[in-house]
Amino acid sequence: MNRENGARTLVLGIGNLLIGDEGVGCKTVEELSRRYIMPPGVACVDGGTAGFELLSMIDNKEHVILIDALRNDMEPGTVVMVEGEHVPKAFLARTTPHQLGICDVLAAAQLCDTMPKRLTLFGVEPKQMDVGIGLSPQVEAGMEKIISAVVDQLRHFGYEVKHNGIKSEH
Amino acid sequence: MARKITIDPVTRIEGHLRIDCEVENGLVTNAWSSGQMWRGIEIILKGRDPRDAWAYTQRICGVCTTVHAIASVRAVEDALQLEIPLNAQFIRNMIVGAHGIHDHMVHFYQLCALDWVDIVSATTADARTTAALGQKLSNWKGNSYQEIKAVQDRLKKFIGSGQLGIFASGYWGHPAMRLTPEVNLLAATHYLQALEYQRKINQVVAILGSKTPHIQNLAVGGVTNPINPDSPSNLTIEKLFHIKTLIDEVGDFIKQAMLSDVAAIGAYYADWTGYGAGVLNYLSVPDMPMDSKCTTFALSGGYIPGGDLSKFTPIANQKEAMLYNNIKESIKHSWYNGNWDRSPYEEDTVPNYTGYDYDSKYSWVKAPTFMGKPAQVGPLPHVVAMYLSGHAATKTYVDATLQNVSTLAGTTVGIEALHSTIGRIAARVIRCAVLYDTMNVQWQALVDNIGKGDFDTFNTPVFPRGEQRGTGFHEAPRGTLSHWIVIENGKIKNYQAVVPSTWNAGPRNGEDALGPYEASLVGNPIADAELPLEVLRTVHSFDPCLACAIHLVDGKKTPLSKVKVL
Repeated sequence: MNRENGARTLVLGIGNLLIGDEGVGCKTVEELSRRYIMPPGVACVDGGTAGFELLSMIDNKEHVILIDALRNDMEPGTVVMVEGEHVPKAFLARTTPHQLGICDVLAAAQLCDTMPKRLTLFGVEPKQMDVGIGLSPQVEAGMEKIISAVVDQLRHFGYEVKHNGIKSEH
Repeated sequence: MARKITIDPVTRIEGHLRIDCEVENGLVTNAWSSGQMWRGIEIILKGRDPRDAWAYTQRICGVCTTVHAIASVRAVEDALQLEIPLNAQFIRNMIVGAHGIHDHMVHFYQLCALDWVDIVSATTADARTTAALGQKLSNWKGNSYQEIKAVQDRLKKFIGSGQLGIFASGYWGHPAMRLTPEVNLLAATHYLQALEYQRKINQVVAILGSKTPHIQNLAVGGVTNPINPDSPSNLTIEKLFHIKTLIDEVGDFIKQAMLSDVAAIGAYYADWTGYGAGVLNYLSVPDMPMDSKCTTFALSGGYIPGGDLSKFTPIANQKEAMLYNNIKESIKHSWYNGNWDRSPYEEDTVPNYTGYDYDSKYSWVKAPTFMGKPAQVGPLPHVVAMYLSGHAATKTYVDATLQNVSTLAGTTVGIEALHSTIGRIAARVIRCAVLYDTMNVQWQALVDNIGKGDFDTFNTPVFPRGEQRGTGFHEAPRGTLSHWIVIENGKIKNYQAVVPSTWNAGPRNGEDALGPYEASLVGNPIADAELPLEVLRTVHSFDPCLACAIHLVDGKKTPLSKVKVL
């Protein structure tokens, strides 16, 4: 069935593709899947704006890497990394069209003891959040940083992530 | 002297809703519901290929993904007068049913139960007494002492480690909380078990829709699931039987745990049958088409004016002029240019934010009307309509639930009790059970039709030159949803979505009549104006979800503590 069920590591992009930079999580996962050949232990999933459907995706994962737009009053395009127990708190402190959903999903996972051993969030400070499809140049640059950081992390944990020769153009 | 309280945001999930109430002598005397985000799906869709619209619309919202996809393909199919193969109807109906069950379960346990159930109190319960209580209420296998004790231990550990704050809201210990520790523990046990059954029903969506959360198998003209009973890559008999097993496992949980939980909550909070009725014009549409031309439906719908059940008017199908001719939206109190009441086909969307003004414009949500009046949509209007039209499964579940509540509360509780905050919650659980029954009907119809040798799933759409108009109706988990499309020379010329949360959360209309949220709050008791749990109970009973009614948000400005800048 779904490939993500067999994987131990999940790269999960979340966000709304229809609201400009809000879609950066989805777009990053799309680019990762396009440019790299992921090993069987890694699944890249576009979680979109989903809520509780995501709970089953993080079941039995050792490591979940979340990617999302995160408003934190920084320069647009700034990329931050949040880890472990600070990840749910990062979502709790913010309201976006989907993030309270993620917060509740993580709470449910904690209650069920299905939280992954490692949890990493890469957040990008958005610039434009108007209705429309496409990222601002600043956030697109931020996305490139995240793509490198995710690939580095996966390689650090022993995964063989091969570039398939596709250049970075969107 | 009336005091104003503002709750902003109200929703635990999805979107940004602001509620203002005037409170006097412990009662709400006036209310305003405001969507604080601006919507604009039509801006994205103008000029695009109508065959692609559904893939965009299912991205509007994270809770209602598939429902916007379904309404969108139906709108285009209506404009083209396109027939849909039977297999495609049944597969779509099963996706819709599974999604609805998932949505109702998440709402009841994860999003609304915590307004009534105190999980801190659950840790003080006696687990054996709780198990005995559970076994008295139903035969549910998950009511064993071992299971309940394990949940209680897990809760104690969770609360003890200081993680409770992760729940976005919670009114532990509030004076309006009234369940005994044992009932709280039983509900908390089912809260955790519900997560397991949500996974199972979501698998049905994943198998049929090829993927979740955003399904991939839809197409204008049908579905893209190739049916071949033998080929493993297709929808096989083996997969169909796996789906059937999942449906039945979830059905047992709904019938034995969820229905008894809502009856217990209804009995303990019987006074809440007296609050939260609000707008009593009930609108719902028939759904789950059973033929290729969409003339007969497995679930009925209709209109009830003013709560008068004797005036019920059935709506036989989704293409009745009585339906689409009577829907309008008003912007008198919404932040758009002008002041009109228009059919969605004729609307424009020109935002004009003028600040929050109680007497004038105060919301991004438009105010829909049916026959010139606000209407309530959702499981409550739908269940009442199905009950009145004699839908057998609905009648069974409604009567049994009212009987259970009456026995537990020691008083007779009739169908009129459904016009209330607690009735709205009960109707959602009943609808969940009805959807389970209907899933079986759809499954059997699909298997029978494949058995006849019909493997068709798709009719190719053809776009003529000139203009076509279509509406796609869907009775979604939160109520009546409609997508309105104007196509010109094969491209989208106008697109509007009139969503359930717009119907319910809308502001005052062109004649200053209160919207359903607003009207339902007037008369609510408030024990503590600093902690207005009662307001949340009533608003949450509608299952608010505003991401689709509107969009984005400015986050709270709490600095992140532990971040590393890359």
